[in-house]
Amino acid sequence: MQPFTYQRANNVKEAAAAVAANREARFISGGTNLLDLMKLEIERPTHLLDISRLPLDSIEETPEGGLRVGAQVRNSDLAADPRVRSRYPVLSQALLAGASGQIRNKASTAGNLLQRTRCFYFYDRNMPCNKREPGTGCAALEGFNRIHAVLGASEACIAVHPSDMAVAMAALNAEVETTLPDGTIRTMPIGDLHRLPGATPHVETALGHGEMITAVILPPAPPGRQLYRKVRDRASYAFALVSVATVIEKSGDRIRSARIAIGGVAPKPWRPLEAEYVLAGAAAADSAFTEAAESALAGAVGRGGNDFKIPLAKRTLRQTLAAAVEGA
Amino acid sequence: MTETTIPEYRSSETGTGPVGQPIARVDGPLKVTGRATYAYEHAVNGAAYGYILGAAIAKGRIAEIDSANAEQAPGVLHVMTYRNAPAQPAFGPAVTPTVPEVFTRARPMLNSNRVRFYDEPVALVVAETFEAARAAAGLIRVRYEEERGAFDLPARLAEAYAPRRTNAGFETDSAVGDFDGAFAAAPVTVDATYRTPYEHHNPMEPHATLALWSGDEVTVYTSAQTLANFQAGLASTLGIPRERVRIVSPFIGGGFGSKLIVHADSVLAALAARVLRRPVKVALTRQQMFANAGHRAEMVQQVRLGADRDGRLTSICHDVWSATSGFEEFCEQTAVFGRSLYAAPNRLTRHRLVPVDLNRGEWMRSPGEAPGMLAFESAMDELAEKLGLDPIELRIRNEPTVDPEQGVPFSTRNLVACMQEGARRFGWERRNPSPGRIREGRKLIGYGMAAAIRPNYIGAGTAKVAIDATGRVTARLDMTDIGTGTYTILTQIAAESLGVPIAAIKVELGDSRFPRTAGSGGSWGAASAGSALHHACNALKERIMEAARSSDRSPLRGANDVAPIFVGGEIRVGDRSVSLADLIGRIAPHGMEVTGSVAAARDTESYRTYSQHSYGAHFAEVAVDSDTGEIRMRRMLSVIGAGRILNPKTARSQILGGMTWGIGAALMEETVLDPRYGHFVNHDLAEYHVPVHGDVPEMEVVFLEEYDDKANPLGAKGLGELGVCGAGAAMANAIYNASGVRVREFPITLDKVLPGLPATAI
Amino acid sequence: MAETDYRITRRAVLEGGAATCLFLASGLPVGAQNAGVVMTAGPANAPISRIPMTFRINATEHALELDPRTTLLDALRNHLGLTGSKKGCDHGQCGACTVLVNGRRINSCLSLAAQHEGDEITTVEGLADGDRLHPVQAAFVAQDGFQCGYCTPGQICSAVGMLEEVRAGWPSHASADVASGPGALTEAEIRERMSGNICRCAAYPNIVAAIRDAAEEV
Repeated sequence: MQPFTYQRANNVKEAAAAVAANREARFISGGTNLLDLMKLEIERPTHLLDISRLPLDSIEETPEGGLRVGAQVRNSDLAADPRVRSRYPVLSQALLAGASGQIRNKASTAGNLLQRTRCFYFYDRNMPCNKREPGTGCAALEGFNRIHAVLGASEACIAVHPSDMAVAMAALNAEVETTLPDGTIRTMPIGDLHRLPGATPHVETALGHGEMITAVILPPAPPGRQLYRKVRDRASYAFALVSVATVIEKSGDRIRSARIAIGGVAPKPWRPLEAEYVLAGAAAADSAFTEAAESALAGAVGRGGNDFKIPLAKRTLRQTLAAAVEGA
Repeated sequence: MTETTIPEYRSSETGTGPVGQPIARVDGPLKVTGRATYAYEHAVNGAAYGYILGAAIAKGRIAEIDSANAEQAPGVLHVMTYRNAPAQPAFGPAVTPTVPEVFTRARPMLNSNRVRFYDEPVALVVAETFEAARAAAGLIRVRYEEERGAFDLPARLAEAYAPRRTNAGFETDSAVGDFDGAFAAAPVTVDATYRTPYEHHNPMEPHATLALWSGDEVTVYTSAQTLANFQAGLASTLGIPRERVRIVSPFIGGGFGSKLIVHADSVLAALAARVLRRPVKVALTRQQMFANAGHRAEMVQQVRLGADRDGRLTSICHDVWSATSGFEEFCEQTAVFGRSLYAAPNRLTRHRLVPVDLNRGEWMRSPGEAPGMLAFESAMDELAEKLGLDPIELRIRNEPTVDPEQGVPFSTRNLVACMQEGARRFGWERRNPSPGRIREGRKLIGYGMAAAIRPNYIGAGTAKVAIDATGRVTARLDMTDIGTGTYTILTQIAAESLGVPIAAIKVELGDSRFPRTAGSGGSWGAASAGSALHHACNALKERIMEAARSSDRSPLRGANDVAPIFVGGEIRVGDRSVSLADLIGRIAPHGMEVTGSVAAARDTESYRTYSQHSYGAHFAEVAVDSDTGEIRMRRMLSVIGAGRILNPKTARSQILGGMTWGIGAALMEETVLDPRYGHFVNHDLAEYHVPVHGDVPEMEVVFLEEYDDKANPLGAKGLGELGVCGAGAAMANAIYNASGVRVREFPITLDKVLPGLPATAI
Repeated sequence: MAETDYRITRRAVLEGGAATCLFLASGLPVGAQNAGVVMTAGPANAPISRIPMTFRINATEHALELDPRTTLLDALRNHLGLTGSKKGCDHGQCGACTVLVNGRRINSCLSLAAQHEGDEITTVEGLADGDRLHPVQAAFVAQDGFQCGYCTPGQICSAVGMLEEVRAGWPSHASADVASGPGALTEAEIRERMSGNICRCAAYPNIVAAIRDAAEEV
C-alpha cells in the first residue's frame, strides 16, 4: 500500500470536485474492496477522500412510491429495512446472499455497485491483465477461467462483476443518481452504469473521475413475486457461479410479465430481455421456462473452464422461474 | 533415550480420575479473552517489521534487482536480497541421507539469484512499521531471466520415477502374491483412476516469527509444531550450534503439518535481526503461504480390485503418481494404509513421482490416508455396487485376522464394530442401494460410508515434572498444543497419576529449553508426550516414596510393605495417610524434580510384533440439487476405535475437525496450478474454499470403549488425523448414491456432477 | 557487544508505541541506539508521515499518531498492544479480525484506523467483566468452541454482534421469508450468520452449540 493522504469529506459537492482535481485521488467508504486492492497495489491512490460519513445514509420514500437509497446506506441496513424486505424482497435476499455479516456492516450501497472483479489474474500483479494494465493481455482467456463470464465478455477481458445486490437492482429497474464534479446531478438506469469490456476493460463504468454516486432510486415495487437464487461452491461466503433475480407477475395460468437479471455470468448484471419477451403472456409451464432459459443464454460463449456456466445458468433460471411462479 | 524402568504406582482407582473425563480446556479462558499470545504478538521494545517480496516467475534467475527506491523509502531500515544476505549453507540434495534430516536440514533464504518456484522470496524489507515495509517492498524492481518450467502431472506420468522411500520411511512398493494373475482371473473387478488436487493447509494463523538476538544467541518466537526439529533446522540454516537457538511457541494458531519445518518467516526474521541488531518480526501473508508454506501435491491414483462373486477380494493394487518438487523430494505415503486395511492374497502398492518446478510438498493432515482413502474407499464402493453387496458387508467379508502384509496380529482393531455401530446409529438401513431414488422436492438424497484407518506411533520424548513444598506440580516439555488439547490432557494425566486436583497442575509447553519431545505431528502427540509425562510422574512418586520411607521427618517412615496410593492430594499407605503438600514440605522443602522418558515406537518390541492402527467408520448423508448439482452435507457420523480416550471433549473436537476436512477435500478444496506461469491461481481464502459454518451440518462422534495395552502405558492411540481418513470418500459415495454420478476427480464440485444429472423436468 | 535490552513484557508494546513517535523524530530508533545498531539503508530516510486520531477502545480513550495506511487491526495489534484481534488473511476473507464498532461487527483488517475517529470500539479484550467472562466466552469454553484459538476472538466478537442483529430482527440468507424476519434462532440461522468466520480446526458444531447456549443467557 503506497503512501496516501487521508481526508474526510465535508459535503458531496466539494468531495466530487476534490477528487476530480486529482487524477490519483479516490473516494473511500466501506473500504472492503478498495483497501483489499490497495494492499495488493492493484489500486494505488495517493489521496483518499473518506465519504463514509456524508449524510447519504438514509432510505426515503420517493413521491412516486419508490425508495431513494442513500449511497452510504450500509448493505446490512438496506437488507434489514422493513420497507425493502416487504416491497423489494429480492433486494434483501440478494444482499443477504452476499459476502458476510461483517462485510455487509461495512460495505456501502455505492461501493457495492463499484466493486471490482474477483478475477484471479486481475488480483495478481505479476499476471497479464488488460483491466489492470491495459495492453498486457488477458491471462484468463486461456487460463483458469472457471469463474469467468460467458455473456458480454470480449477477447480483451472475460471478468465478471461479482455483486449480488446489483443483480437484484437490475431486475428492479433501479436508477443510479450521481453528482458530477461541477455539482450537476444526473441519473441513469442501473443497466447503463457498468460498461461491457470491449477493447477497454479498464473502463468499467459510465462515471467520470470524481463523479460520485449519491443514491440508488428504486421505482415503485413491481407487481408479482420476487425471488433471488444464488448458486455457489460453498453454502455461504462465496461469490456466485450463477445467480438469478426475477420478478414474475402471473395472471391465472399465464405469466403477465417477467423480469430477469443474471449474476455471475457477465461483466455486469445481465438482463436477458429476449427471455422476458418469451415469458410475457406465455403459459406458466416448463416449456416457457426452458425457452426463456435457452434464449437468455443463446449468445453465451464458454472459454473452457466456464463452459458449465451455460447449462448451469439455464437450469438455475428454469428452477428459479418455476419457484417464483409457484409462489406468484 | 531409553525407557525409564520404574515400579508401577497405581493412582486412584481406574475410571474415577480425571483421565477420560470431558474436562474443559485449561487454556480456554486465555483463548476466549484474547490473552493467549501467538508468535507475532510477543511484546518487545523496538521491534522492526519485515515484509517479504516474492518472485514473479516460477523458474529462472534474477538478472537485476534494484532496491534503491525501497532503501530510501520512509521508515526503511534494511533491504535484504541475495546480494547482501548473510552467508548460509547450501540447500543440499533433493533427498536427505536419512528421514529425520528432512526436518533439520538448512533451508537458506535469499542465498542465490536462482528462482526455484513462483513467489520464492527475492527480498526482505525491514522498516519501522509494517506499512512502511510493505510499501517499500513494492518499490523493488526485479528483472528476471525466465526459464521454462515443468508443471503438468497427468501428461507426464511416463517420466515418473520410483523414490527410495516414501515419507516417514515406508517402502516405496509392496507386493504379496501375484496381483496381475489374480486380477486377470477375478470374476468381478474394478479398475478406476482418480485424481486428487493440490491442497493447502491454511492454518488460521499465518506463519510468523519474532526473532531477537542477545549476543550470539537468538530467541525465536514462532509458530512451530515440533520445537526440537525447528531449532535444529534454524540452527543449521544460521550456521550456529543449536544450543544458541531458543524456540518459543506456547500457542500455535493451527498447523496441520505446515509448521514442522522452518519457512521464510523464521529464517529471514533471524537473519535480519542479526544484521540490524534489533528484534524483527516477519509474517507470511495469506497469499504467500500458498507457495511458501507447503502444500499437498496433485496425484493420479489407479485402484484395481479383483473379487470373487461372494465379494472376497483376491487382488488389490493401488498405484499412485504424485507431483514432487524437483529440488526437494516429497513422496506422500498415499498407498501405505492399504497394506493393512483389507485381506487379499495378492497385493501391490506403488508410489511414483513426477518432478515439477514448485516448492516442496509438506505433511498435510493425514498424509497418505487423506488423498489415498478418497480414491481407495471410493473404489470399494464401486466394487460393492458391482457385486450387489452392501458396502459394509463387503468390508466385513474382507476383514483380515492378521495384518495382511506384515503378518503380525493387530494390537486392537474395531473396524467392524465401528461400521456396525455406525450403521445402527445412522439409520443405514434407510439407504437405497440403487442411486438416485430418494427425493425431497428438488433435492436428491444419498447415503455413503467409508472406513478409516491411521497408523499409531510413539515418538521418543522426555518430560520433567516438579513438585514444590506446597504440593503444586509443574510439568515441562518442549511439546506443543496446536489446538489438539495437549495442555489439557497432560494436566489430566499428571493430576491422575499424582492423585492431585487439576488445579494443582501447571503444564508448560512450547519452549525448546524444556525436555525434548516429538512435538505435534502424525497423531502421536498425546500418546508420546503423555507417556513421557506418565513415566515422569511415576518416577516422581518413586522419589517421593523413597524419601518418605527413609526421612526422619516423614510420617510414612518405614512404610515399606504396602503399596502407596496417591489420591485426593494424599498418599495412603495401609491405614496411614498424609497430605502430599505436607509430606513434601517435610521431606523436600525445596521441592523435587524428576524426568521420565518414552522410547520411539520403532525401538520397541510391541511395535514390531503388533500392527498398530486407529480405526473408524464414517457415514454421510448429502443432498444434491437435481437442477444445479449443488452438493450440501446434511448429516455426518463417525464411530471411532482409537484406544482409550483421554478427554472425550477434546478428542471429539479433533474428530469433528477431521470430518470437516473430509468435507473440504470431497467438495471444495483445490489449489489450481496454472501451467503457463507455475503459480497457484486461487491463492487466498476467498478463492481457495475451505468449509465455512454453513457447510458443516449436524455431526456426531461416537468413541468405542477400547484400551490398547500394546500401544503405550496410557492405552491411547492417535486420533488427530483419523477423522479425515476416509471421511471424504464417505461423502463421495453418498453423492453417488444420491445422484448416480460417480466423480473420480476431486473435489466434487457441481460442474462435475451437472453433466450426469437428468435433464430436468420441472 | 552491548547487551540488548529487548525484554519481553506485556507492557512493552504500549511503551514501544509511544517510543515510536520519539525515535522517528530523531531518525534513529531508541532501542537501536542502545544496541549500537548498524543502519544499512541511508540514515536520512524521510520520516513516515502520521496523522493524529482518537478512539474509544474497550471504554478507554486512545490518542495516537499513525500512518494513514494503518488499518484498524494493525493499530490494535501493532500500536496498542491489543493482540486479541487476529490477522488471518488481512483481506476480509476469514473473520479472525472481527471487532465491534459502535456495537456492530466488522472486519478490522478492511478498515483504516483513521476512518474510526471518535468511534466506540470493542475488542475481545473488552468483553469480559473483570474475571467474569462474557456469556459467549463462557459458552465457548464449556462447549469446546475452539481448538487452536486463533479464530476464536473473531468468532466471539462476531457472535456478540450477530446476536444483536438477531435481536434487531434482521433476517438472514437462512430465513425462510425476509419480510417476516429471522424467527427462531435455529442452528441453520446461526451457521449462515457466522459463515464469515472461518475456523480451520473446524470447531463449527461446538461454536454453534456455544452460541445457542449463550443466546439463551444474553
